[in-house]
Amino acid sequence: MILDAVLEVKGMKQQRKRLLLMEVGVTIAIALLLIFVMPAVLTGFRLSLLARFLALAIAALGIDLIWGYTGMLSLGHGVFFALGGYALAMHLQLAPLKNGLPEFMSLFGITELPWFWQPFYSFGFAAAAVVIIPALLAAILGYLVFRNRIRGVYFSILTQAATIVFFNFFNGQQGFFNGTNGLTNFKTLLGASVSNSQTQFVFYTLTVLFLAAAYALCRWLTSDRFGRVLIAIRDDESRMRFSGYDPTGFKVVVFAISAALAGIGGALFTLQSGLISPKAMDIAFSIEMVIWVAVGGRASLIGAIFGALLVNFAKSLLSEKFPGIWVFFQGALFLIVVTVLPDGVVGWLRYQGFQHLLTLLGRNKQVATYPSLEEDPEVQHERENIRN
Amino acid sequence: MIAGLLDGIFNGISIGAVLLIAALGLAIVFGLMGVINLAHGELMMLGAYTTFVVQNGFKMLGKPWSETYIIFALILAFLVTAAVGLVLERGVIRYLYGRPLETLLATWGVSLILQQFARSVSWVLVIGIAIFCFLFFGALWVLSRRPDFERIRNWVIAIMLPISLGVASATGAFLGQTYKLAVTKPWFGAQNVDVTAPNWLRGGLRLGTLQMPYTRLFIIGLTIVCVAGIYVFLQRSPWGLRIRSVMQNRSMSACLGIPTAKVDAITFALGSGLAGIAGCAISLLGSVGPNTGQNYIVDTFMVVVVGGVGKLVGSIVAAMGIGTINYLISSKVLVPMVAPIKPLVDLFEFFGTTSMAKVMVFALIIAFLQVRPGGIFPQKGRSVDA
Repeated sequence: MILDAVLEVKGMKQQRKRLLLMEVGVTIAIALLLIFVMPAVLTGFRLSLLARFLALAIAALGIDLIWGYTGMLSLGHGVFFALGGYALAMHLQLAPLKNGLPEFMSLFGITELPWFWQPFYSFGFAAAAVVIIPALLAAILGYLVFRNRIRGVYFSILTQAATIVFFNFFNGQQGFFNGTNGLTNFKTLLGASVSNSQTQFVFYTLTVLFLAAAYALCRWLTSDRFGRVLIAIRDDESRMRFSGYDPTGFKVVVFAISAALAGIGGALFTLQSGLISPKAMDIAFSIEMVIWVAVGGRASLIGAIFGALLVNFAKSLLSEKFPGIWVFFQGALFLIVVTVLPDGVVGWLRYQGFQHLLTLLGRNKQVATYPSLEEDPEVQHERENIRN
Repeated sequence: MIAGLLDGIFNGISIGAVLLIAALGLAIVFGLMGVINLAHGELMMLGAYTTFVVQNGFKMLGKPWSETYIIFALILAFLVTAAVGLVLERGVIRYLYGRPLETLLATWGVSLILQQFARSVSWVLVIGIAIFCFLFFGALWVLSRRPDFERIRNWVIAIMLPISLGVASATGAFLGQTYKLAVTKPWFGAQNVDVTAPNWLRGGLRLGTLQMPYTRLFIIGLTIVCVAGIYVFLQRSPWGLRIRSVMQNRSMSACLGIPTAKVDAITFALGSGLAGIAGCAISLLGSVGPNTGQNYIVDTFMVVVVGGVGKLVGSIVAAMGIGTINYLISSKVLVPMVAPIKPLVDLFEFFGTTSMAKVMVFALIIAFLQVRPGGIFPQKGRSVDA
């Protein structure tokens, strides 16, 4: 952000364009690297892990958009993630059947396909539902909450309660969604066998492409005027309102977009892991998604992706070897990131690390702007002195 | 039908009492310090485990004592969780004031650690932690008396941290090798443990067709005592006065010489202690496990949000309201009352289970917040952000 501002002041439009082109090039290069080189380097197991984690990274991008840029901490993104997963899973359940019910339904005494399952015969509808259902739900919930200027921790608590509600709903409706076991045992998608390794590679490629597209979308949103508005909402919403903006609309839109991203991530994750269950919408998972972003770096899109991959690989490595230790480690990660590295790894590199580099090269330090009153060093100093 | 309704109201009130006792500490901490403590549920869990330990200890003492363990368990649960809360405030939360979202994440980390701690706590772990604390904090304490401590602080930490960790884990590994299972076996494990109520709390009071279990009455009584105690403490004691003044205007109180840091610590310890008492109470209702706290945490937050921050009355009304509505919906008591209207019957039948009732209560809460975004008793003031 600092970099952007400085460049603009100097009127170096040309250089901005070049930087943008460079970024596009790097993104494409990374995507190609992921698609063509990674399968050759990694074993099948690690590659399938990578594929899943890339799907999670899409959801992390969504969280970064609302938490990093807009300052709303949603603890309910598991719901949107799972809804996207369920939407696709419902199609996967129905796809091999021409007529008749998914197996579990007859176990629970349901004789006729419920009406809301009917449209999921069509792949087109399911694919649209992956995006639209989470976005719509987020928009409605968001509108009801933001309209009343409920925000900060209240917003977090309400989204957290939403996870409990949806968890209960999907857990309790065994006849409709197979309860705790969730939807699993997928066979075909558009005629291709899901478990086939070639199909899985297609899914992997698709995930990479979606991640690149999601990154491009977020980059476009945050670099434009829209992005400035989001940051303004994060930094001082009241002042924003006094300047004649209505934050409600912006917040609803960004919440819906981020929910849609979570839904896409959930659908891709479901495709690759072959399972979606209410576990994806419990509180623990929803908060875990936040910590990926926190570790990588809030308000930096690369950070969200990087954090999702880093934390998940660490998790799979550590919990393979010591199942108990991971939880301790995860708890410690929350504490350490929040207290020592509030901007995450990428944020540290960008702010402190970049400054270090500049001073090493003998350049003057850049003038730093502060994102909010709480982080203003002078205000901090005053507070601490009052406290003692 | 009337009997059913009475039954519903009693059960609702007893659920509300459990919610209230769980939410009380949370409401005080949130109202006073603006801190969302996601580890509150785990503090309740610690209180419940303390009750379990006290019960087992008193069982060994024999008959007359084993009947009274609950009293001592209440006191000990309060003290243990208050101490843990104090450590938590001094160690973590103190650095995060004014950043509520970060506090939320940090306390979630604490809650994860406490949960896993309850699962895997064993003699080795306890001894290891004790050695680490002794070496690390001992060294810090000894060196902190040197005049140039601030300058060498980072060095001390960088050197002492790996040394203490190494010594602690080496001792742990050695003990584990030598004594094997005797020291490495988890105390509680991942399974739930059971606290049995003393004999005089079993059974129930019978009023007509209404059956009121003594444990529920005990919890209702305990809640009343706690609320009254908190009220008296806040309104009549000198520290209560300080707490209220800091709550109203922190900087002004600081100017007038009130030690706000100490007030924060005391408040947090008090709130945590109340969580311990709540844990002791819920251990009478069902078995206790590492996930015990998780079952309560969201409901208690709802109580705080609906009640309005920092208002004791609000928390009481909200807890009772949510408890009663929850029970009335989940037990289908309302179904015969709306019998003439078919769609309503279908609606109540559909939501008539414990888990589905939560769905409806959440919808009602969202609807309620449309009318009163600040809760039942919103805080009055001129702040823009209120």
